[in-house]
Amino acid sequence: MGIDILGQLPRLFSSYNLLLLGEAALTTLLLSAVGCVVGLVFGTLLSLARLARSWLVLPLKIFAIVYVEIFRRVPFLVTLLLFFFGAQVLGFDLSPLAIGIISTSVISTAFVAEIIRAGLVAVRPSQLEAASVMNFSAWQTLWLVRWPQAWPLILPPTFAYLVLFIKDTALASQIGVLELTQAGNILNTKGFSSLLVYSTVLVLYFVVSYPLARLGAHLESRLGAPRHSRSRGPLR
Amino acid sequence: MHYVLHYGQITSYLPYFIEGALLSLELSVLAFSAGLILAFALAILRNDGGPIASRLVRGYVAFFTNTPQLVQIYVIFFGLPDLGILFSPFAAVLIGMTLNAAAYLTEIVRAGLASVHQQELDAAETLGMGRLQTLRYVILPHVFQVSMPPLSNQYILMTLGTSMAAVFGVEELTGRAMNVNSTTFRSIEVFTTIAGLYVIITFIATILLAVFGRYAFRARVRVL
Amino acid sequence: MAHLDIRGLAARYADQIVLDGIDFSVERGEIVSLIGPSGSGKSTLLRVITGLLRPERGEIAVDGTPIDYGNRHSLRTTREKLAIVFQQYNLFGNMTVLRNVMIAPWKIRGRDKGEVEASARLLLEKVGLADKLNAYPDELSGGQQQRVAIARALCLKPEILLLDEVTSALDPERVSEVLETIKLLASENITLLIVSHEMNFVRDVSHRVAFMANGRIQEIGPPEQIFDAPLMERTREFTGKIARTG
Repeated sequence: MGIDILGQLPRLFSSYNLLLLGEAALTTLLLSAVGCVVGLVFGTLLSLARLARSWLVLPLKIFAIVYVEIFRRVPFLVTLLLFFFGAQVLGFDLSPLAIGIISTSVISTAFVAEIIRAGLVAVRPSQLEAASVMNFSAWQTLWLVRWPQAWPLILPPTFAYLVLFIKDTALASQIGVLELTQAGNILNTKGFSSLLVYSTVLVLYFVVSYPLARLGAHLESRLGAPRHSRSRGPLR
Repeated sequence: MHYVLHYGQITSYLPYFIEGALLSLELSVLAFSAGLILAFALAILRNDGGPIASRLVRGYVAFFTNTPQLVQIYVIFFGLPDLGILFSPFAAVLIGMTLNAAAYLTEIVRAGLASVHQQELDAAETLGMGRLQTLRYVILPHVFQVSMPPLSNQYILMTLGTSMAAVFGVEELTGRAMNVNSTTFRSIEVFTTIAGLYVIITFIATILLAVFGRYAFRARVRVL
Repeated sequence: MAHLDIRGLAARYADQIVLDGIDFSVERGEIVSLIGPSGSGKSTLLRVITGLLRPERGEIAVDGTPIDYGNRHSLRTTREKLAIVFQQYNLFGNMTVLRNVMIAPWKIRGRDKGEVEASARLLLEKVGLADKLNAYPDELSGGQQQRVAIARALCLKPEILLLDEVTSALDPERVSEVLETIKLLASENITLLIVSHEMNFVRDVSHRVAFMANGRIQEIGPPEQIFDAPLMERTREFTGKIARTG
């Protein structure tokens, strides 16, 4: 039986199938990368809102806290299904890929906002005091002192999150996005051995994820983040 | 875009959902416990087992932390039958989650073990403690105190991870939501409700773990 | 009109009463030192003057204008007249020495870049760090960082300069280099408020010395009075102890 399975290998790795897998892998990366970039943009806005003192920003601040706490505590599959069926029911005609990207963006924003906030908060208060006594405005303090000292603490965990998120994108297969896992499903339906197909998919994920994980670890040691946190889950 | 929210229809399903949540809880607790035991074994093997064992454990951890849990379970549930090994959906998910958890927990446990200072071990030795006593009174409490925050974090992540059991037909919270969705088509209500349930569950778990951590191990675990 | 006028000042820090009724004035160009045991509130007083801590009661007036702690404009105006050198130097870790000194006068106060740069270079030369202009704070020793902090404060051309235990975080060898620098400044006619434990230095440099304990000024007067002929027993005890151990 094992020989039968291995015998499928040449057919499995036909050029058509390899192309399918290749494109699917790119989609996986796309989902993860776009999510993280969007996450950085909106995450920055949310974390700045959280840090703001003025009461004008209060509604945004509350929104930011609620948003972050909720989307870090809801499973990715649930978010995907919510947006997928929600869009259907509301009459939006969006492709599964679009829904996938929206979902990864929404979730990344929550997680990255937390990473950014932790980085900003880690800047020593005495630095900020020195700035305030020299009459730096809030924006000047942020731009000239706080952000430059925070970003080495933000970049490595964000990268680590990107790598982590690649695995979560597998769930997008459930709404029909043609990423790696879905490619596996397709090949499985075509009649190849499930064991072979999904093992291959696992290896492909590994090949994509592991080098990035190592790169992230390297980044972390290079930027010398003294206070790093392993996993940025709902509990810090 | 004409859609009126009818939560009334969904509230009657709450008991059904909560039953599902209990199943999610069962999954996460079992997988976490089994994973933790396995993780201890792997951590010790990695530290004291010699170069080959060490490499194997490192490979295991690297593999399971760089591949999606979903696909790992696919291999167990759909793939293994090709070799004649059959598992029920629940069993397949449980095994997958356990193996996956063990990989992450091994690193956490290793960090915890490494945090025990030589000075404490020296003190234990000079006080006349034997190996088992040292383990019980010095090493394990310290390891748990240091590891509580990352362990709690991992547990929360696992609770969220139980939702993929729905893909395999397990009737936990997400699975039940999908059922109700296909009968009522009240998608927004259904999925926002279970999203809310997941938030509540994780908050409760976080608080319980924080309290437990503080009392049992004097670990400081933050809630928000 | 006094340059700095403090009346009935009281302040708390983390639920503890740290300042319990401070009354004194400082004239323009005067050098006043604050001495006293730790916890007496000396540094806290400086923090209140710079607006980093809001007082519970009392008032601080600069050139007759009281500081309104709830008003950003008032705090701003006050801070334009003063500069502080912290115990922990607090140089901006992400900027070079030169930029640290230049940044506030140039970007915050809007002075001309050329003028600020020339001034910064001159000051850094005066404090003996002309060769470290492009170094980052973490490449410098504590004494060097403190001298940069002093240059930074002076570049702001403050009317009032506050020195908060500027030698306490330094190794003994470094202390004298910083004290020498301060002595140079003492001739620049700025109003100086110094918190220090370095009694010899305080004695040398001050016009008046205030002895603080338990959040109040126990005694204030010229150095000869405080050190040689104190009016209060408390003062005598303190200076006596310092004389014996210091």
